Amino acid sequence: MDLAFSPEETAFRDEVRAFIAENYPAHLRGKQDEGEELGREDMLAWHRILAKKGWAAPAWPKEYGGTGWTATQRYIFSEESAKAETIPPLPFGINMVGPVIYTFGTPEQKAKHLPGILSGDVWWCQGYSEPGAGSDLASLRTRAERVTEDGKDYYIVNGQKTWTTLAQHADWGFFLVRTDPGAKMQEGISFLLIDMKSPGITVKPIITLGGEHEVNEVWLDNVKVPVENRVYEENKGWTCAKFLLAHERTGIAGVARSKRGIEKLKAIAKAEQDGTGQSLLANPFFRRKVAELETDLTALEFTELRTLAGEASGKGPGPESSLLKVKGTEIQQRITELVLEAAGNYAAPYFRALPEASNEYAIGPDFAHRAAPTYFNMRKTSIYGGSNEIQRNIIAKMVLGL
Amino acid sequence: MDFNFTETQGMLRDTLRRYLSDTYDFDKRASMLRMDGGRDPGVWKALATELGILGAALPEAHGGFGGGPIDSMVLMEEFGRAIAVEPYVPTVVIGGNALALTGGAHADALIPGIISGEVVIGAGFYEPQGRYNLADLKTTAKADGSGWTLNGHKSVVVAAPYATHLLVSARTGGSQRESAGVSLFLVEANAKGVVRRDYPCVDGYMASEVYFENANVGPHALLGAEGQALGLIETLVDHAAMAQCAEATGAMKKLHELTLDYSKQRKQFGKAIGDFQVIQHRLVDMFMEAEQATSMTLMGTLRLDDPDRAKWVSQAKAKINKGARALGQWAVQTHGGIGITTELAAGHYFKRLSIIETQYGDFDYHMGRLEERLLAA
Repeated sequence: MDLAFSPEETAFRDEVRAFIAENYPAHLRGKQDEGEELGREDMLAWHRILAKKGWAAPAWPKEYGGTGWTATQRYIFSEESAKAETIPPLPFGINMVGPVIYTFGTPEQKAKHLPGILSGDVWWCQGYSEPGAGSDLASLRTRAERVTEDGKDYYIVNGQKTWTTLAQHADWGFFLVRTDPGAKMQEGISFLLIDMKSPGITVKPIITLGGEHEVNEVWLDNVKVPVENRVYEENKGWTCAKFLLAHERTGIAGVARSKRGIEKLKAIAKAEQDGTGQSLLANPFFRRKVAELETDLTALEFTELRTLAGEASGKGPGPESSLLKVKGTEIQQRITELVLEAAGNYAAPYFRALPEASNEYAIGPDFAHRAAPTYFNMRKTSIYGGSNEIQRNIIAKMVLGL
Repeated sequence: MDFNFTETQGMLRDTLRRYLSDTYDFDKRASMLRMDGGRDPGVWKALATELGILGAALPEAHGGFGGGPIDSMVLMEEFGRAIAVEPYVPTVVIGGNALALTGGAHADALIPGIISGEVVIGAGFYEPQGRYNLADLKTTAKADGSGWTLNGHKSVVVAAPYATHLLVSARTGGSQRESAGVSLFLVEANAKGVVRRDYPCVDGYMASEVYFENANVGPHALLGAEGQALGLIETLVDHAAMAQCAEATGAMKKLHELTLDYSKQRKQFGKAIGDFQVIQHRLVDMFMEAEQATSMTLMGTLRLDDPDRAKWVSQAKAKINKGARALGQWAVQTHGGIGITTELAAGHYFKRLSIIETQYGDFDYHMGRLEERLLAA
């Protein structure tokens, strides 16, 4: 057992660190520091730079454009990225549909889609949840009926998806649809790749509590999808979905980003006064909460490292990753709670609604501008990606055998 | 022992509940927040004239009903149920009490104005550096030939954008965090040298940063004794904290009801999510928080004149801050994704409850006040 990095790993860490320092776009750094909203190109900029370097998809097999890194190298890369607060490539392509396509897809599907996912040129979104199918994803109702026109086979898709993150920017989407309504729940579902420019697709914004437009409803009205856009066998889409959910959970612990979050929290608490002439960090109540949070994060970090070590020795991501999701999201949420507490009276002002021009008089400390909206927004983490209740069900069933 | 409301208090509750359920439903509230100025001033006017309830807690000598904190508690619980963004706390609870307690010409002139809805007061007791410490003041008031000259900056003054008057603390002596040397001033909102930056808040209220830039106010702007107002300000803030506890209680009860309804309607895995034991226990925990909030609101409000007032108020506010956070988070979690959108009422209750936690002392502030008392005993 050894915690230290080897000399090669240390050299690799330095290489990653230097690459980020030299290549991360200054204008993104500026926007992130100011808490400005990021546009489509902002969210893709770093992805494109990583793609040129060949680092966009560290976990992919080398033959499809992956890096061939070890689990430890991947860990180092994600640590360094989080420390530098880079905008990671969007998960929908690299982490979600990409692995499904290279695992289950046809040679034509791989050739058509993997390069665009890797380069960041094609923006993907995830059509899973429906208004009636959230935690109970398998109850989804979006219907795909097979038809033949001019000798070609198509699916005609009708239904509604929801919580579709950043669908307003998407070029393509991967959708779970019901191809056999007579079959039992998980059977009868297929996995379709749909061009978001297809006639019959309508994307409607959903505004969340902090005022953000992150998620959407996606309506499908007689959308015509060529049968060759189906990944894997008809009615076997649940196999892809389960595979993807397991992938979605790895990395969901967000250890490195939470570490960075706690660093920022400490800097905030150091700069803020507690009202008795000392810093908020010197305040015994507040610093106890920070210390407890750091302790919990260490516990999470070593649990994740054990999982990684297991993966390195050939075990795939298992139901244990549900533990990482539950504890990881709780920590992410607690960081935002403490930032909200640090804002004090300045938690209330709502900046998104303010006219830009009238900034002659500052309203509270800069960090406070995002404190409440971020706190509200991060409640999503215990709901998405399989709610934390569902994660506990998975542990109960798959780990404890209950 | 009697925990029943008087007939008048029962009427107040019913009148306000009926009015708010007609005029302040989810869609109407949303469209009010979109109006110029971020609110519908007609509501406050209607509360004063049509309902005639703004004087319920104010002295009979000035045209009120002669009620007290319990009457405000009854009203605030209803405001909480509707997450109404009306300036009852700064105007009636703080402003009305300040005037009633200090008396004199200001009380004679302004309390009737509060009751008729024409006088709206914003209370500026907090400053950027001071967090929740009411004595941590950099704002100064210097006596000049014709009155006082104020300089300084007050944080997040709720209702200031449309207030007619501002009630603010300032140092006339002493050092930054000293108890002595704090004075209370009532300033006309449009006085020269009073500068505001107005903004909406995440919970729908309107507020301002208020700056005094050599603001000259008349000699009568001073309320109470010069340099000795900290005790009075603490009293006013404790009253405000209890009014907010009542508001939180109303919001918590309503949010619990909304979540309970949702869990009966929302079906997953072939049954209502309320059929799952994990959800049932969470709804029970929410219920228990709402019940304890009701108890603590009543306790703290009944003990506002107790010699140990600070202890009881801090217990109430600390308990309710914590309960409001838990209940709000559980409500969102039980709603799932729809709970974090602006489309359903639940999220808006969660937002208001989150901000109540940060006003008039957060959990740590009140626990600190309680612990100091433990050590001093």
